Amino acid sequence: MSIDLKQNYFALFGLPVTYAVDRAVLDQRYRELQRLVHPDRFASAPDQERRVAMQQATRINEGYRVLKDALARGRYLLELRGHRFDDERNTHQDSAFLMEQIELREDLAAVRGSRDPFAALAAILARIGVRLAMLDTELAATLAQDGIPATALTAIQRMQFFRKLAHEAEELDADLEDGS
Amino acid sequence: MAYSDKVLDHYENPRNVGSMDKDDASVGTGMVGAPACGDVMKLQIKVNAQGVIEDAKFKTYGCGSAIASSSLLTEWVKGKTLDEAQQIKNSQIAEELALPPVKIHCSVLAEDAIKAAISDYQAKQGKESTSKSA
Repeated sequence: MSIDLKQNYFALFGLPVTYAVDRAVLDQRYRELQRLVHPDRFASAPDQERRVAMQQATRINEGYRVLKDALARGRYLLELRGHRFDDERNTHQDSAFLMEQIELREDLAAVRGSRDPFAALAAILARIGVRLAMLDTELAATLAQDGIPATALTAIQRMQFFRKLAHEAEELDADLEDGS
Repeated sequence: MAYSDKVLDHYENPRNVGSMDKDDASVGTGMVGAPACGDVMKLQIKVNAQGVIEDAKFKTYGCGSAIASSSLLTEWVKGKTLDEAQQIKNSQIAEELALPPVKIHCSVLAEDAIKAAISDYQAKQGKESTSKSA
């Protein structure tokens, strides 16, 4: 068995280098690859082989994590095409989009004081879900073009904002469930 | 992560929080966001006829460092000309607040926000002078 550690994650999983990924195929390939490098198979193997199997397992896990996640996969694909993300310097300046972000933050902050916090939060989560699904579609369309489309970079940025919001909303949801 | 005393001071007593009329011709508005952390900053400046920033206000949704960066920036730009304000670098903000490397992007946000506010103001002035001359 040989797994080339230098090949990109798409190649590692035998998938075409595209944003659209068939989740069922990805999951199946992941299980197959995991089986190939499972530590049980190398229990009595020489140290060197065990170490290689472990490196491969790590690479497979990391590849799976990236490919199954829309945002991570989009970023990875753009990196393969030569884009270097500079998160420290990267800012977004579309006022209308940022106003919506502020509005959603304010809605989120008002959840606790509302008459039905669970319903209010569910509405926000649903709205975030819709926007994330739209961005996923947008990213698929724009990344179907070659190169590094500016529209793809914008969609990635927007997805990052909504992911952050989703994370905060989910944390609040957990707090509410705990009654805190 | 421990915040510096200066960050804490600005965070607990933020200067110049608020908003101005964004449709006022003498007001420039800059909106910027950092995708990496989800922080959003709105910075507004009021500029007089001599091109000096008379007042500045901000509203920031984000961490303590982002709030401190915008609070400090509003203090700095008051009384400065647009050219002087344009020269402010994120590294000066980061240094003044002793921001750790992972929070440098908060100062970048503030630098981009003042630049955006200045260009918004200038775009409005440009439009006015064209409509006047037309």
